[in-house]
Amino acid sequence: MGRFIAKRLVGMVGVLFAISVIVFLIFNVIPNSDPAARIAGKNADAELIARVNDDLGLNDPLPVQYVTLMKEIFTGQLTSYSSDLNVDEQIREGIPATMSLCIGAAIIWMAFAIVFGYLSAVRAGGKLDTMLTVLALIGISLPVFWLAAILLYYLSFRVQLFPTGGYVPLTEDPAQWAYHLLLPWITLAVLFIGFYSRLLRSSMLDVMNEDYVRTARAKGLSERQVRTRHVLRNSLIPIVTLFGLDFGAVVGGGAILTETVFNINGVGLYAGEAIGSLDLPPLMAVTMFGAFFIVLFNTIVDILYAYLDPRIRLGSSAV
Amino acid sequence: MSPRATASGPLLSVKDLEVGFATEDGLLKAVDGVSFELARGEVLGIVGESGCGKSVTAQTVMGLTRSSNARISGSVEFNGADLIEASDDDLRKVRGESIAMIFQDPMTSLNPVYKVGKQIAEQILAHRDVSDKEARDRAIELLRDVGIPHPERRIDDYPYEYSGGMRQRAMVAMALSLEPEVLIADEPTTALDVTIQAQILTLIEQLNRDRDLAVVLITHDLGVVAEVADRVQVMYAGQVVERGTLDEIFYDPQHPYTWGLLGSLTRLDRPRPKRLPQIAGQPPSLLSPPGGCRFRPRCPHAFEQCAELPSLEGRLGKRSEHADRCWLQPKEKESRRSVDGRIGLGAPAA
Repeated sequence: MGRFIAKRLVGMVGVLFAISVIVFLIFNVIPNSDPAARIAGKNADAELIARVNDDLGLNDPLPVQYVTLMKEIFTGQLTSYSSDLNVDEQIREGIPATMSLCIGAAIIWMAFAIVFGYLSAVRAGGKLDTMLTVLALIGISLPVFWLAAILLYYLSFRVQLFPTGGYVPLTEDPAQWAYHLLLPWITLAVLFIGFYSRLLRSSMLDVMNEDYVRTARAKGLSERQVRTRHVLRNSLIPIVTLFGLDFGAVVGGGAILTETVFNINGVGLYAGEAIGSLDLPPLMAVTMFGAFFIVLFNTIVDILYAYLDPRIRLGSSAV
Repeated sequence: MSPRATASGPLLSVKDLEVGFATEDGLLKAVDGVSFELARGEVLGIVGESGCGKSVTAQTVMGLTRSSNARISGSVEFNGADLIEASDDDLRKVRGESIAMIFQDPMTSLNPVYKVGKQIAEQILAHRDVSDKEARDRAIELLRDVGIPHPERRIDDYPYEYSGGMRQRAMVAMALSLEPEVLIADEPTTALDVTIQAQILTLIEQLNRDRDLAVVLITHDLGVVAEVADRVQVMYAGQVVERGTLDEIFYDPQHPYTWGLLGSLTRLDRPRPKRLPQIAGQPPSLLSPPGGCRFRPRCPHAFEQCAELPSLEGRLGKRSEHADRCWLQPKEKESRRSVDGRIGLGAPAA
């Protein structure tokens, strides 16, 4: 297992390197991205632009620029082009809010998806299943920005049941923290509840036809024991895989829309602003942050997978 | 062989069992009026080719075919209690406790994500009020009984760490964990290679002898039946076409389908035929079985009367349970089933 994890960690570094190079190159080829021209202002003369370029080191060859940028990211010295604020600090400040949003949403989506998926599969073809199928399709079809806006308009603005946005740190006031995050959690979770409950349903229906489920029945287990111990447990294997990937993706950027609409001061909001102003340093840092989480959760999933499916363990130790 | 029926009547009695499945193409009648009785300590072989309804019969005995699209009628009585009408909970108590089952493919019959010992202990815990430790100790004992080496270590292995033969032994251990009265073995050796097959059969035979375990052995392999069965029931297209003692079926078979099965056995003590004998054609669709005798389309001996379905009855005029579904006269059968000095399906009379 140790070797397996070490191997994955090395792979992780490689992936992060590749991603950083790609983002850096993309930024350098898209039009209107010349930061010097933006910083120098509308009526800047050539001399001013040249000076800004010089200041920011933008006259250096690209590989040198890349190395400087990466060095600054990892030593915490990177500052934004547009605001002069330290990028690493900004991201660190945003992490609690983003994590609160993502973890809360993830708990909600997994809990509801498992309950709905389980009920759908057990009552497959029945009224409850049909109802849950329709609900799931609705959930999958609702765009996040639309759902967020609708929830905000009706529940916060019209009925004033919830705050209109913002974030209260957990350490400051746990009740307010949850109260402020409830709508964002739901917004972010709805899509995944729909998707995951459908997935669990079909996965369970597949597993129900397995020979070992028949064995479990022949042993004299109750239907409930058969379903939870033998069907559900085996059906969760693909779900857990997907969950790891999706959770990493949500932390690493999927929450941008939700954070923006609900004005949550997280990494996503920061990323959104950086994209809006084509600010390379924060963009690079946020991308690395996101990529790091996606790769990290991929690795965690692989390890968890080995726990869920013992057959994998043999393969991994043999590598 | 083992002792026969006791005075208390049969342990397991199946009468006129019919099992159909509603499909998009109509009702598929997998089992059409099957009856048999099983006495304590007896081994009954049920033989037939794939799709003849033998597995469905076995699974229906344990209520494993219950589903919204299954249509089940007839009766299954175990120790006098009906299992067809039994509530799910009553049926649950019989499963594993009184009637246990082992399946064809040991590779897929164990849950891959749980340790073998845990899966055996699970069955004990489902029926008995014992501690986890006691269930585990019992599981080790059972694994030792069925011949798993170092059971105290192998109990913590996952199924993938067992070979095919070991998995089937583990299945047998699981089936025996509560000392059931009936073991239903559904093609227990089909997925195993020949040496392992013999070991598993010997194991079943031993259990039958030592524990007075009644066994329903389902197989397509007459060689397997010949080794362990007391009585044999031959099935074709959802119906029983012949039943009798092992000797009656092997030495005095009455139904052409049985002749065909016997004829397609290869024997080491005879010269090898140029071409292995077979029964021409395919078994009929169970969605719309042929009228009359179901074997008629493949039978070289069919005549006009075969358009009418013969009932399963004794046709030899002797006091025996030997019964079959064939209109031919017993004398006629004797001459027709003889092919090159041994039993075979033969060709139509000239």
